[in-house]
Amino acid sequence: MRAFSYERVSDPAQAAARAAEVPGAKFIAGGTNLLDLMKHEIEIPQHLIDVTGTGLNDITPTSGGGLRVGAMVRNSGLAADPRIRRDYGVLSRALVSGASGQLRNKATTGGNLLQRTRCPYFYDTAMPCNKRAPGAGCAALGDGATSRQLGIIGTSDRCIATHPSDMAVALRVLDADIETVMPSGKTRRLTLDEFYRLPGDTPEVENALEPGEMITAVVLPAPVEGRHAYYKVRDRASYAFALVSVALIKTPDGSGRVALGGVAPKPWRREEADAALPKGATALMERLLNGARPTQENAFKLTLAERTLAALLAQE
Amino acid sequence: MDFNQPTEDNLFDRARIIGKPHARIDGILKVTGRAPYAYERHDVVANQKVGYPLCATIANGRVTHMDASAARGAPGVVSVVTTLEIEPLGRAKSNDARLFGGDVIEHYHQAIAVVVADTLEQARSATALIKVSYEEAPGVFDLEAAWERLQGTGEPLADVGDVDAAFAAAPVTVDEIYRTASQSHAMMEPHASIVDWSDGQQMTVWTSNQMIAWTHKALATTFNIEPDTIRLESPYVGGGFGGKLWLRADAVLAALGSRACGHPVKLALPRPMVFNNTTHRSGTIQRLRIAANAQGKITAFDHSAVSHTLPGGSGENPVNQTRTFYAAESRRVSHQAIDMNLPESADMRAPGEASGLAALEIAMDEMAEKLGMDPVEFRILNDTQVDPEDASKPFSERHFVECLRQGADAFGWEARNRTPGAMREGQWLIGHGMAGAYRGALTLNSGARVRLQGGRLIVETDMTDIGTGSYTIIAQTAAETMGLELADVEVRLGNSDYPVSSGSGGQFGAASATAGVYAACLALQALIAKRLNLDTPRFENRRVVADATDLALADILDGEELVAEDTMHFGDFQDSMQMGTFAAHFVEVAVHAHTGETRVRRMLAACDAGRILNPITARSQVLGGMTMGVGAALMEGLTADLERGFFVNHDLASYEVAVHADIPQQEIIFLDTADAASTPLKAKGVGELGICGVPAAVANAIYNATGVRLREYPMTLDRMIDQLPEVS
Repeated sequence: MRAFSYERVSDPAQAAARAAEVPGAKFIAGGTNLLDLMKHEIEIPQHLIDVTGTGLNDITPTSGGGLRVGAMVRNSGLAADPRIRRDYGVLSRALVSGASGQLRNKATTGGNLLQRTRCPYFYDTAMPCNKRAPGAGCAALGDGATSRQLGIIGTSDRCIATHPSDMAVALRVLDADIETVMPSGKTRRLTLDEFYRLPGDTPEVENALEPGEMITAVVLPAPVEGRHAYYKVRDRASYAFALVSVALIKTPDGSGRVALGGVAPKPWRREEADAALPKGATALMERLLNGARPTQENAFKLTLAERTLAALLAQE
Repeated sequence: MDFNQPTEDNLFDRARIIGKPHARIDGILKVTGRAPYAYERHDVVANQKVGYPLCATIANGRVTHMDASAARGAPGVVSVVTTLEIEPLGRAKSNDARLFGGDVIEHYHQAIAVVVADTLEQARSATALIKVSYEEAPGVFDLEAAWERLQGTGEPLADVGDVDAAFAAAPVTVDEIYRTASQSHAMMEPHASIVDWSDGQQMTVWTSNQMIAWTHKALATTFNIEPDTIRLESPYVGGGFGGKLWLRADAVLAALGSRACGHPVKLALPRPMVFNNTTHRSGTIQRLRIAANAQGKITAFDHSAVSHTLPGGSGENPVNQTRTFYAAESRRVSHQAIDMNLPESADMRAPGEASGLAALEIAMDEMAEKLGMDPVEFRILNDTQVDPEDASKPFSERHFVECLRQGADAFGWEARNRTPGAMREGQWLIGHGMAGAYRGALTLNSGARVRLQGGRLIVETDMTDIGTGSYTIIAQTAAETMGLELADVEVRLGNSDYPVSSGSGGQFGAASATAGVYAACLALQALIAKRLNLDTPRFENRRVVADATDLALADILDGEELVAEDTMHFGDFQDSMQMGTFAAHFVEVAVHAHTGETRVRRMLAACDAGRILNPITARSQVLGGMTMGVGAALMEGLTADLERGFFVNHDLASYEVAVHADIPQQEIIFLDTADAASTPLKAKGVGELGICGVPAAVANAIYNATGVRLREYPMTLDRMIDQLPEVS
């Protein structure tokens, strides 16, 4: 960890302005991922802007019948909110399947979206990694590499890392939007799909945020009726990242939506695949995972994703 | 004191304190954060600086250049020592790779520099400023390739009877290949030391280590200094599992840093270094063949294996238990430790047996199935009371059959579903499996000193408590022997100023160290008898009693201290018999029919480990072993990058060990046994027995649940998902 300067701000627009103004600045909220990355010198911010005092701590109704979740709402608080538990069950379940109680108490809604991949080669700074050091190469694609946990779709020849968030998978299936504030003070709103970028030739670019831009809220649309489920498959029963996770909302008429975690650089959903849900897990996954490029070690995720969805569908 | 023949009836057969469930006497210190672990000993010496290691990022080759100028000039830095600046240090026998000095890199994350600064943060960030150039040499990292090349070669460790004829004649055989993963000890407390070598003369080491005398000697060899200039303390150890049997880089780097800067230096290995800088259990590939007659009597075993090691090491030998566990006229076993350029492999909890039984006990399950026999009955039929290779050598005590019977009864084994894949609860397939367990009962000479101060007794021995309960069982032993109460005894451990003990390892610690304390107490009794001029006094109720004499121990000394010291020497007679500990493990698992996730639902172990000195601490040992066995079965595995030659999953997020949610109901039964040939307390170890066989019991339960026979650990869902029932 390198030495850094630190300030607290009380206003989101001020935070964004400061972030654009101070070289090497980063926001810090819960710090559950950033501090680890700083210790490893994967992230080397020169200046930290603490945004926990920006007042974005509330969950409030929107005019559209949904909820606006402030970016500083802690993962524990979000998961436990009665409105979330009642109307957005998939989100509550995804949240509590992530990390540990201690981490969820610290981690924020905005920070969760911005956590970095857990690819082991990204974490070992002696290893080439295009995400960490653009152009350095990708150790995970080496001949002797291990890639069991890594991505099978949406990846590129430069990077096969996955996005680790459970919360984001649920937000994707809920069609949540993200609200931000720019250094100019202007605000904007993006869909979650627009927010995350695929690696392509620039795996270091993970989202659509511009320099200084800060997430202020996640906006949940009006509740989608039906069955909400989140199934996270992992090697141990708790405190592990997903091999595959499936977020499902199934409406009473048999239609529905599916998003996957653990398989791609972003929460993985294709609206055209959702249309196949009434035909079952195989039909849906044929569309959702069409074009997958797994490695030998992680090809099982194709089967696992299908069988996990089948398990959820069979639980009715 | 010599232990030259099996012990007779003695005070421990009528024990007041030994064998009773006493909560550990150091428990309060630990749960209140007052037990002084190595890295937190801020009080022992002033002006401590903080060291941080730099490690090599190649697996094999040379360091050609290091530029530490930026690090030396960084804020707070007081010293930097690079490996190129000093001659190669001496190499203790227990270290395969050199711990520091010179330009040769023998494995990934070998230490190549230490930076000492005022704070951890300063030392860590300065370390990152050191520039290193390497000349990389090719390396050998692929055990699978070595197995392909070497299978069927190699000298047998034993070749008894006519194995080939037995297989040719056998109506039923098994011949399969099994794979165990490399594993990390992954103890909670990383390797950590504070070293004061400020004057370059006297070295004091506050560390976390299982073996004080070994490490004391290794320090002398490594630095080529006189042993009597070194003092070592390790009163509390936050987990070792064999990873702290040896001198490792933490103490070496702290010592070099201290000498360089003239201050005491504390250094803990960062977590990633625990995986690649220190030792690990090597993975194995094992071929197991078993032959039996139609009645289920085993006629031959043929067990061959490979594991990896750095040159000079011995790898993980998984075939030894196959020589002693079951009867059979013929057997051949061989193990080849292959020189490879992966990090250093060495002992981890039940070295050898943990890996060997993981394979053997699946093969036994497969054999029982082929024979149409119950796996419990199959094992009972093939029990032996003598060394199968030498019938003149009996087991001192062996109650394996009772373990099997009592365990099966308590677990409800009879009521299980016998058709694989036929028991279902919702989407979960339920299965039951069992395995036998065997682990040798080694004893090592062990010494202690006892000090009688008024009515208080102080025990001093360099024995360590690595979370096992040594403090408590030693206090129990001393109190029992001297006729005192537990509260009268103070135990001081883990200090090189104290008499040399067995140390903690190989599940020899509890049996050996308590025997040593017993010997010292008898020496003290002799001193008291002489002082009071008594023939054969009894020590009871805090008093010394003989004929007309009846004195409180507190009153016999007039304020002075009486000190006695002795070492228990274990005699050769133990070589004329096999000594072991035995268990039967029973496991119920649920395997998700769709996803293949395996979750253990309940476990039961029935153990025969001689006299149980303290049922609470012994039970905790077995619980821990069983938990580690679940890890080995389902999730623990170091994954090597076969091109770059290091273990990629080098942190606790990616090297998964069992968490609370993985460990459900665990039940442990201790047989009421006592082994007179083992020690005067008739005790044997139990800390490693608990892990032995557990992985196979889980594997056998998975088979019973699903009908999928897995032979490679860890048994993660990707190994079976294609073989699970069709869905949707």
